[in-house]
Amino acid sequence: MSPLASFLAMGGYAAYVWPAYAVFFIVLIADSLAPRLRRRRLLHDLRARIARKRARDSRASVSTPPPA
Amino acid sequence: MATNWIPLWLHKLGSPPTFYRFAGTLQPWAMTLALLLGAIALYGGLVLAPADYQQGDAYRIIFIHVPSAWMSMFIYGVMGVSAFIALVWRIKLAEVVAMESAPIGAAFTFITLVTGSLWGKPMWGTWWTWDARLTSELVLLFLYLGVVGLYHAFEDRRQGARAAAFLAIIGIINVPIVHFSVNWWNTLHQGSTVNIFGQSKMSAAMLWPLLTMMLATKFYYAASLFSRVRTALLSLEGGKDWVRKIVENEARR
Repeated sequence: MSPLASFLAMGGYAAYVWPAYAVFFIVLIADSLAPRLRRRRLLHDLRARIARKRARDSRASVSTPPPA
Repeated sequence: MATNWIPLWLHKLGSPPTFYRFAGTLQPWAMTLALLLGAIALYGGLVLAPADYQQGDAYRIIFIHVPSAWMSMFIYGVMGVSAFIALVWRIKLAEVVAMESAPIGAAFTFITLVTGSLWGKPMWGTWWTWDARLTSELVLLFLYLGVVGLYHAFEDRRQGARAAAFLAIIGIINVPIVHFSVNWWNTLHQGSTVNIFGQSKMSAAMLWPLLTMMLATKFYYAASLFSRVRTALLSLEGGKDWVRKIVENEARR
């Protein structure tokens, strides 16, 4: 058996060792992507909210003259 | 004010805009260290360390199972302490740290249970058994999920955080149960192999990758927590000036 093949075989325990490592990496990758996606969505929402507020403020300043 | 004894720098660090910047600076460093140490630990554990004389290569699951199990308890400790600070002093940052720790803790607890199951099958002949160590670790997962669920069950975020913080504090009782379960009860799960204050029952070639992975998972937790807390602070402080500035700066880029 080549060194690589014997490494991958894990002494006959490949079916347990590699899935364990796969779970470790998949769960942690998902955990580190979650806040990144949430942040992108949040920034999008906040930007929309700021734009709405700005539009409202400019409309208000046109319709009502500032107090003297 | 009752918080006079807190040093000024700590008080400042607790303010959301300061912590947002602080976490943003440290996050990439923590993640880099986690990846670097993790890679070294994997090489040491999977390639350099010899096979176990009893368990063959199956024992190599230890290099992710045990660090994850340590993290499942460590993160619960951090969550419990910040939940306590949040309830007593009403510090917003402590609330956020407690609530954002819960999903990371749940992730590590889930990894612990699944990798343990994959290790148990070839060694014990069963995927699962209702033994004290396994059951208390499963309870830990439910506690984490309970905290996450309760937090999101409230319309008002801060009210939800207070309710969930209360649950987190009550659940702390489970952490010593997980840790000492292998001593208190007769269990299928083996006892501690690594002893901080004495001789570990493990050869150095196996021990150093394990401890390196422990450090890697600590740094990973810091990195994940920092990016979660940053997002949560933006969300909680959405209407404030400092957030508006950040949003506008990000839009320009």
